[in-house]
Amino acid sequence: MSEHSTYTPGNAVEKWLDDRLPIIRFSKEHLMDFPTPKNLNYWWTFGAILVMCLVIQIVTGVILAMHYTPHVSMAFDSVEHIRRDINGGRMIQSFHAVGASMFFAAVYIHIFRGMYFGSYKAPREILWILGVLIFLLMMATAFMGYVLPWGQMSGWAATVITNIFAAIPVIGNPLLELLRGGFSVGNPTLNRFFSLHYLLPFIIAAIVVLHIWALHVPGNNNPVGVDVKDTKRDTLPFHPYYTMKDAFGMVLFLIPFAWFAFFAPDILGHPDNYIEFNAQVTPAHIVPEWYFLPFYAILRAIDFNILFIDSKLGGVIFFGGSILILFFLPWLDTSKVRSGNFRPMFKWFYWLFVVNFVALTYLGAAPAEGIYVVLAKICTAYYFIHFLVILPLLGRIETPRPLPTSISESVLGKAH
Amino acid sequence: MATQAHHSTTRRDFIFVATGAVAGVGAAATVWPLINQLNPDASTLALASIEFDISAIPEGQSVTIMWRGLPVFVRHRTQAEIDEAKAVPLADLKDPETDEQRTKEGHEQWLIMIANCTHLGCVPVGESGDFDGWFCPCHGSHYDSAGRIRKGPAPKNLVLPPYEFLSDTLVQIG
Ligand code: HEM
Ligand code: FES
Repeated sequence: MSEHSTYTPGNAVEKWLDDRLPIIRFSKEHLMDFPTPKNLNYWWTFGAILVMCLVIQIVTGVILAMHYTPHVSMAFDSVEHIRRDINGGRMIQSFHAVGASMFFAAVYIHIFRGMYFGSYKAPREILWILGVLIFLLMMATAFMGYVLPWGQMSGWAATVITNIFAAIPVIGNPLLELLRGGFSVGNPTLNRFFSLHYLLPFIIAAIVVLHIWALHVPGNNNPVGVDVKDTKRDTLPFHPYYTMKDAFGMVLFLIPFAWFAFFAPDILGHPDNYIEFNAQVTPAHIVPEWYFLPFYAILRAIDFNILFIDSKLGGVIFFGGSILILFFLPWLDTSKVRSGNFRPMFKWFYWLFVVNFVALTYLGAAPAEGIYVVLAKICTAYYFIHFLVILPLLGRIETPRPLPTSISESVLGKAH
Repeated sequence: MATQAHHSTTRRDFIFVATGAVAGVGAAATVWPLINQLNPDASTLALASIEFDISAIPEGQSVTIMWRGLPVFVRHRTQAEIDEAKAVPLADLKDPETDEQRTKEGHEQWLIMIANCTHLGCVPVGESGDFDGWFCPCHGSHYDSAGRIRKGPAPKNLVLPPYEFLSDTLVQIG
């Protein structure tokens, strides 16, 4: 959208720079003047909040790495050392650990925002796909980070999750040994996880750049989902209107963040992770971090063989499928109308999907017995039915409500 | 056209394909060591075999020892457990194996198995579950008194490591 640039270099130095590396022009176009729909609500501040989360993880993480020792005999103690001895280490460590949870809370809101307002639909498919890729990398990063303190949950999470790869026919077992660097999770595993945990956030940062690039080609979607028709009437410059709104959103978000970090840094974790990893004893109740629970529930739900596919591989296929299916969402939803506000039937199914997702979260933490096992199967089935049956059908049978003719009309009402 | 077609299969094309092929093989040969370094190293492989004295384990008890970084159950089974395992019809089993196949002849009281659940690798809890064997708390797999999978998401019986009895009281694992 370069035609919106109003930049004229203010002095000779800026002019000199502009002819060589037009970085000021670029920033002005994309961070200040960028035309942004004027009806964005607070759900749209989560993009900026996510950038803030990534920065917090990188800054606190690089500091933690200055004091952390990636060795099985020292890792656990070095994290305790950070928490007890390093100046301010207690807060830096808790901001990093709590930060991972807040990061996921924000990303789930961001994803469900996109699902409700149809932000994945044309022409924003690539934008959506890059987002799912970021989500996948975040999961990998958080998982490997969780292994670093080398507590009981760390070690058993590493064991269970790497074991997922052993389900792949033929190459499964050699692949498992390759990933772990041994016959079991041990020092080589811890070392490589540390190396990758340091690397991946920077890869995420690079994909975030692509994500924003892909956003700035079509521009933002908005709560009514109709395209910008008249830049003057429908949009506002990003700065100061949305820089301020985003900043306010960040401040609100930092309130619960700080509450957790200062007053309850361990409430989101598990006490078992304050016992050093012991390869001979699995804790009685192992559960992943809350942000993995829905997918974990799906993994566990498949405890029966499907034709020639055994229960283990079946669980892995459904587990992987539950995330990969998100890549295809732009093509599974056949409705042309973006915003859920104008889709009377979709709206109900959307909320049903949200409830089902929360139920899966609950079931992922429940013991694998009795009624929970049955419920997990039902919720898993519904998760896939939503994407594979309901969304494709709704687009055909639903009559959407009339759309406003423009963003401006939806904000100011029809001109009389 | 005909002359062009003639020209299009020249030595230049051959050189082009040959160069591409060599570059491809070269790239693969460079990448492989970069991946192979992830595989178990020499010091890990060196821990391949151990000896263990079982005489101190009374009937009805088990110990967990380590072999190649993996936990291994050594269980001294009671007669009731052995009888129970033998009585199970093979048709009831998800991964059919007889009790004889799970133990060494003349040493039926000893059950030696890798202690990682065949589902996702947790260590099951002994003397529990619905089949008087092991119960894996992670996702609810039940194993019987011969370590065979009976219920839950695990696909296979607990794995037997390669082992042999050097004497009545000494086993070599690996
Ligand atoms: C995408 C961004 C990141 C996420 C989601 C993330 C997540 C996590 C999590 C969940 C833990 C375990 C915390 C605990 O339970 O105590 C952790 C630990 C750790 N992370 Fe990160 N991290 C990120 C970025 C980074 C970066 C950029 C570094 C820099 C090297 C880093 C270095 C560390 C270190 C040294 C630990 C071990 C100390 C500890 O357990 O607190 N992290 N990370
Ligand atoms: S690891 Fe034992 S049931 Fe999943």
